[in-house]
Amino acid sequence: MSVNRAQRVDLEVVTDLIPPNSRVLDVGSGDGVLLELLQATKQVDGRGLELSQRGVNECVARGLSVIQGDADTDLKFYADKGFDFVVLSQTLQATRNPKVVLDELLRIGNRAIVSFPNFGHWRVRFSLLIKGRMPVTKDLPYSWYDTPNIHFCTIRDFVNLCEELGATVEKATALDANGQKIGLSMPWWFWNFFGQQAVFLLRR
Amino acid sequence: MAAQRAARTKDEVDHPSSPVLQFGPDKPLKLDAGTLLSPFQIAYQTYGTLNDARSNAILVCHALTGDQHVANTNPVTGKPGWWEVLIGPGKIIDTNRFFVICSNVVGGCLGSTGPASTNPATGKPYGLDLPIITIRDMVRAQAMLIDHFGIEKLFCVLGGSMGGMQVLEWAASYPERVFCALPIATGARHSSQNIAFHEVGRQAVMADPDWHGGKYLDFGKRPEKGLAVARMAAHITYLSEAALHRKFGRNLQDREALTFGFDADFQIESYLRHQGMTFVDRFDANSYLYLTRAMDYFDLAADHGGRLADAFAGTKTRFCLVSFTSDWLFPTEESRSIVHALNAAGASVSFVEIETDRGHDAFLLDEPELFAAINGFIASAARARGLSA
Repeated sequence: MSVNRAQRVDLEVVTDLIPPNSRVLDVGSGDGVLLELLQATKQVDGRGLELSQRGVNECVARGLSVIQGDADTDLKFYADKGFDFVVLSQTLQATRNPKVVLDELLRIGNRAIVSFPNFGHWRVRFSLLIKGRMPVTKDLPYSWYDTPNIHFCTIRDFVNLCEELGATVEKATALDANGQKIGLSMPWWFWNFFGQQAVFLLRR
Repeated sequence: MAAQRAARTKDEVDHPSSPVLQFGPDKPLKLDAGTLLSPFQIAYQTYGTLNDARSNAILVCHALTGDQHVANTNPVTGKPGWWEVLIGPGKIIDTNRFFVICSNVVGGCLGSTGPASTNPATGKPYGLDLPIITIRDMVRAQAMLIDHFGIEKLFCVLGGSMGGMQVLEWAASYPERVFCALPIATGARHSSQNIAFHEVGRQAVMADPDWHGGKYLDFGKRPEKGLAVARMAAHITYLSEAALHRKFGRNLQDREALTFGFDADFQIESYLRHQGMTFVDRFDANSYLYLTRAMDYFDLAADHGGRLADAFAGTKTRFCLVSFTSDWLFPTEESRSIVHALNAAGASVSFVEIETDRGHDAFLLDEPELFAAINGFIASAARARGLSA
């Protein structure tokens, strides 16, 4: 799974949220970059679930504990509260049923960490408003017809979904186009306009 | 040649060239069939050196028609060990680093007690008087061998097919004695289709008049034709349609045209006949019955109240499962259901499906992706176990 560098600025934010020696499930673990980072810096007991067989085989060859599976169908096989943290990094928008997936994350983990590209970002709005075209940006490089990202949401949308699922937002971070954190004191609308990425720490 | 091989096979039964561990009346093997097997013996091979902490031992479990000669020249066939591509000095399972043990399963015919072994009560081969052996019985016997080496906990147990069943049984029966487990191309139970193929093989053996109700050794005979047919049928299940087509297609064997007869016109026929013929020289027909039966009886979930996850409840063993896309004997779904059960049990599990057209037998072949997965898994487990590189 090739991922845009700018898309992964959230990795450090995610890592900062996880205390050492935690049990972590990384859903959509790709080529294992987050799991490796977490093992190296936080000595976590890490597991991964990844859709692409190529990604899985790469992870296992590198000694990571990863299985092939689909977030939409395979999370049900995990035990309740089996992990301290379940991470869904840059994958929510590619799931068929984000609401069910998020619900499962909250069931499996004591905490869930979800990061996603914010469709409320001003560039996206600009593209639709002025150009009348579905946005294609450096971070969202796909055309509408070949994108794996079928369920985009904005930060506001996501907060609403959390409320609907009875999830408490323990912490939220928005990153601007340069990967810089947007000040905590800023209101939601500001985050939703200038945040290119969002990282949420949730519990239920 | 064939007669020599057959004679060597016969010699290997009671007095194998491998080291043998004898268990007297004080140490019977408790069988699932409800009886005790005593006395009995296990023939085994080892490679490398057990370290002082006795923490570097790897147990390799062989498949249905395999044996203990995993990484040395086979005394019967003269061929390299069946997993020499993987195991040896400097190989992925490095015998300079690990102490590798492989034993002939109970019920086998290369030195561990099986139906061809002499029954001490009669002085004649057991034949069908040997109680039915299960996968769990094989593993129980292996545990007694491991005890003999003073090994508390194996670093790794690995194997493919019937060997993979033993790996799963080890992890379920002795979770505290297995640091990591590597079951390859296997299942937690034998499917109806697999039982069906085994039954065809067994019926072929039993239909051979030379089988003599299982007492053929008493008559100085062997049901070669029946066993060869069994092997031919089974061998098809170890390959895939794509691989057969790639290797043989509809090519004719040493001829320009069809002969309008029942000779082996096609290369695939000739190949299968050869597979059948060479097999009967090195394998005991009754052993084939017993070991196929052991696989048929295997159902790990049924042994744990019908829920596979309960077989692994609370396990600390690290697992890595491997399946092959073209394996229709143990399709990926079989491995996946084990993975789901391990997930439910909260176990540490990796799962790799390898793209190949070489079918079930791919686990025995030089498959770079298989080796990369095994290498990564073993290396990271060794680090976790504190074994130096």
